[in-house]
Amino acid sequence: MAAITKNVEEIRNRVILGEFGVKNVHTTDYPGNYPGYDDTWDLEKFQKNFRIDVVNLDESSMEFDMVGIDAAIANAFRRILLAEVPTMAIEKVFIYNNTSIVQDEVLAHRLGLIPIKADPRLFEYRNTVSGDETVEEEGSEIDTIQLQLKIKCSRNPRASKDSSDPRELYLNHMVYSKDIKWVPIGNQADVFVDSGIGPVHDDILVAQLRPGQELDITMHCVKGIGKDHAKFSPVATASYRLLPEITLLEPVEGEMAERLKRCFSRGVIELEDVNGTKVAKVVNSRPDTCSREVLRHDDLKNVVKLGRVRDHFIFTVESTGILPPDVLVTEAVKVLMTKCQRFLGELDSSEME
Amino acid sequence: MAGEGEKKPVLEMVQADGADEGCVTFVLHDEDHTLGNSLRYLIMKNGDVDFCGYTITHPSESKINFRIQTRGGVAATEPLRRGLNELSDVCQHVLNTFQVSLRVRSEQSPPVSCREEPAINGLILICG
Repeated sequence: MAAITKNVEEIRNRVILGEFGVKNVHTTDYPGNYPGYDDTWDLEKFQKNFRIDVVNLDESSMEFDMVGIDAAIANAFRRILLAEVPTMAIEKVFIYNNTSIVQDEVLAHRLGLIPIKADPRLFEYRNTVSGDETVEEEGSEIDTIQLQLKIKCSRNPRASKDSSDPRELYLNHMVYSKDIKWVPIGNQADVFVDSGIGPVHDDILVAQLRPGQELDITMHCVKGIGKDHAKFSPVATASYRLLPEITLLEPVEGEMAERLKRCFSRGVIELEDVNGTKVAKVVNSRPDTCSREVLRHDDLKNVVKLGRVRDHFIFTVESTGILPPDVLVTEAVKVLMTKCQRFLGELDSSEME
Repeated sequence: MAGEGEKKPVLEMVQADGADEGCVTFVLHDEDHTLGNSLRYLIMKNGDVDFCGYTITHPSESKINFRIQTRGGVAATEPLRRGLNELSDVCQHVLNTFQVSLRVRSEQSPPVSCREEPAINGLILICG
């Protein structure tokens, strides 16, 4: 009986990594599936079991643990971080003069991908043109940022006669993102006086020029989401993995222990000295990458049980620099809440009809 | 239907003729697995619900068909409404917990940027 209970607990809580496949992947704890368990949704039970531990946090990336939540909701947060948190990015590129060898459309594409440091929460979406209107809405100060790139390459008069280094021969031959200047429109100069608006990174190479070539470009940035175009995605990437769990089914000693240690990532298995022999012990299964290398060795594969904890998510969020990663996670959660509220509003208004 | 000034639909209900109110397919526009899967999870956790599932009819169209079949004569809009409310509550709680853990972290000893991982030895038992 106890073995059956343990098995049921394992099916409910663990994903098993086997030699030829992964088992127990799907969530099965719905009401009625397991006799004796009350799986109905209970907010208090969720609140009691749920916790978030921030492991690492700096300006561009963070790693945190979300424990006690289901994969469906954790995945929703990940998807929203990638595709539905809005940012500002260059959308319209007005090319007045481009005599460089980079084609207009290639240059426009590159400019669009440059992350622009402007808090998207302070801007609004631009009203899209409806089918009837033929004149486009001019951008206003509340939904557009105007940037300008005006640069001309010339020969350096002070270069020595026999040098062949372009850095010495030419002036302004590499166009970097630091050459993109912000042109405030309307009252933006007062509103954004402390935090200037411009590209996040100064050293993104946009184009290369030679003497006589120049670029004269005006750009409009609008607010958008990653679903529309990947340039609007605020994260370099956002991903999660489940916490690995390694159990040793029997004591492993000596040479086998050394080999077992090498099958896992560094720091997972350590060898302890017990009565003169080295015995393997699982110290920390968190850094393991679950490569299942141990299952390739016939004598070691039955000694170890590999699995993952189904509701412990280790999130890694790397921001492109527009918003700090903790703000991004907060915004992502708010986006999901807004989606729910939107449909609740629709339900209410359709009920009243 | 109506003329040019019509708003795009956001939520539609499709019901088979003659079937009771408990079996309804909702069409949610401009949605995908993000809301679909998380909502399906929470509605399945409802004891009244007999069947709950969603499909993306075609990947080029961003809409989902969300079907709910209830047991015991409950109208299908009720588990949907409850699921949306519960998802909203979950998000609120996640937000609060996250803010608290950020605050706790910033109040602790000065910001350490070295990669020090807490020794979490993976066994989290969920007592049902």
